Amino acid sequence: MIAIVDYDVGNLKNVYTALGDVGLSGTITRDKKILDAADAIILPGVGAFSDAMDNLRKFDLIDTLNDNVQKGKILMGICLGMQLLFDKSYEDGEFSGLSYIPGEIIKFDAPGIKIPHMGWNNLVINRDSPLVKNIGTEDYVYFVHSYYAKPNNFDDVVAYAEYSVKVPAIVQKDNVIGMQFHPEKSSNVGFQLLTNFKEMIS
Amino acid sequence: MLTKRIIPCLDVDHGRVVKGKKFQDIQDVADPVELGRYYSDQGADELVFYDITASYEDRDIFIHIVEKVAEAIRIPFTIGGGISKVEDFRKVLMAGADKVSVNSSAVKNPQLIREAALRFGAQCVVLSIDAKRNNQGSWDVYVKGGRENTGIDAIEWAKQGQDLGAGEICINSIDTDGVKKGYDLELNRKLSSLLTIPIIASGGAGKMEDFAEVLKVGADAALAASVFHYKEIPIVDLKNFLHNQQIPVRRV
Repeated sequence: MIAIVDYDVGNLKNVYTALGDVGLSGTITRDKKILDAADAIILPGVGAFSDAMDNLRKFDLIDTLNDNVQKGKILMGICLGMQLLFDKSYEDGEFSGLSYIPGEIIKFDAPGIKIPHMGWNNLVINRDSPLVKNIGTEDYVYFVHSYYAKPNNFDDVVAYAEYSVKVPAIVQKDNVIGMQFHPEKSSNVGFQLLTNFKEMIS
Repeated sequence: MLTKRIIPCLDVDHGRVVKGKKFQDIQDVADPVELGRYYSDQGADELVFYDITASYEDRDIFIHIVEKVAEAIRIPFTIGGGISKVEDFRKVLMAGADKVSVNSSAVKNPQLIREAALRFGAQCVVLSIDAKRNNQGSWDVYVKGGRENTGIDAIEWAKQGQDLGAGEICINSIDTDGVKKGYDLELNRKLSSLLTIPIIASGGAGKMEDFAEVLKVGADAALAASVFHYKEIPIVDLKNFLHNQQIPVRRV
């Protein structure tokens, strides 16, 4: 069972449905016992960084996430959920994150590019990981974000997308994984990535 | 590399897809879920479902369709039509939509854009503008399905929408809509150079070259309906054509 963390950050059903596509059973929950019992945890999220962190605090979920990550359980953040895995974000201020992966979240600022970074962008593999099995540079995934991760160590980046800079698309540090794009909205490529995720946890 | 998007638009009335020509002569075409899945398999990058149902009671039918679409397809989709409050945003987003498009209601109450962007994120707020050329060399914003001229300058309104927090602008040219002689290139060129958020061109697609032209002048996405619904342009062929024109597209 995969716990999908329910902390009032939009619709989580699409993630749940896409997990079902690859034969994973998801549970949308903020119950600590279920999070502790889960085979892996998914942290989804859309919206603002500070609101999302406030909600994790409000529902008293941070200690539970920390404990599970320390135990070695796989935690995967999606979109804003991935950004929360880093030390801090400069989205409308300066806010601390969960600090599982060293680095910061900053805004796109290259002249002439459209923001949000919205649409289908291909993945460039930066390093080997079971997460990108059968994934190549002709594979496109769906992004929508105005801020991006700047990891201290670029080796934590498994795959990136070119959009004025190398935008970390899939990050991984030990058992903590992040996807900046939406695998649940990325058609067949999303299906392959979630299949890879499934193989990692089984 | 970020690709240009091709977006079929499905007008839905009483649970069925229809397409108007110049906003009239509506003709029944297909089941929204089936058609959505078909386009997704063909390589559509996103879908727009536009609720043209007049009566309030029928809104629940539409919400049910949003849920069914979210279960059936794995590409992003936008919902428009009849959205006038923040609560309407919440309903369709919770039903599984990725973005919500507002038109007349945002003209009436521009703060709706800001409130929705703050609550749900700018990424899900699409400001849709029906624009028509006037005789002063600019474009006026029309509301109520293109029937009423507000006298507001369309480019100024688009800029204001961006400042209020819209994540994207969908610009529908009333002059070219349903005529199939190409998008309004001048309008799309102007908007793309003035705004920093993505632009979706709408209204006028008749042949594959029309898509190439509007994407070359700066539009980030091109929306069309009848050329897809009547199978005049298969999306697979369109993507190959655009690729050969050196326009970055995602091909399936």
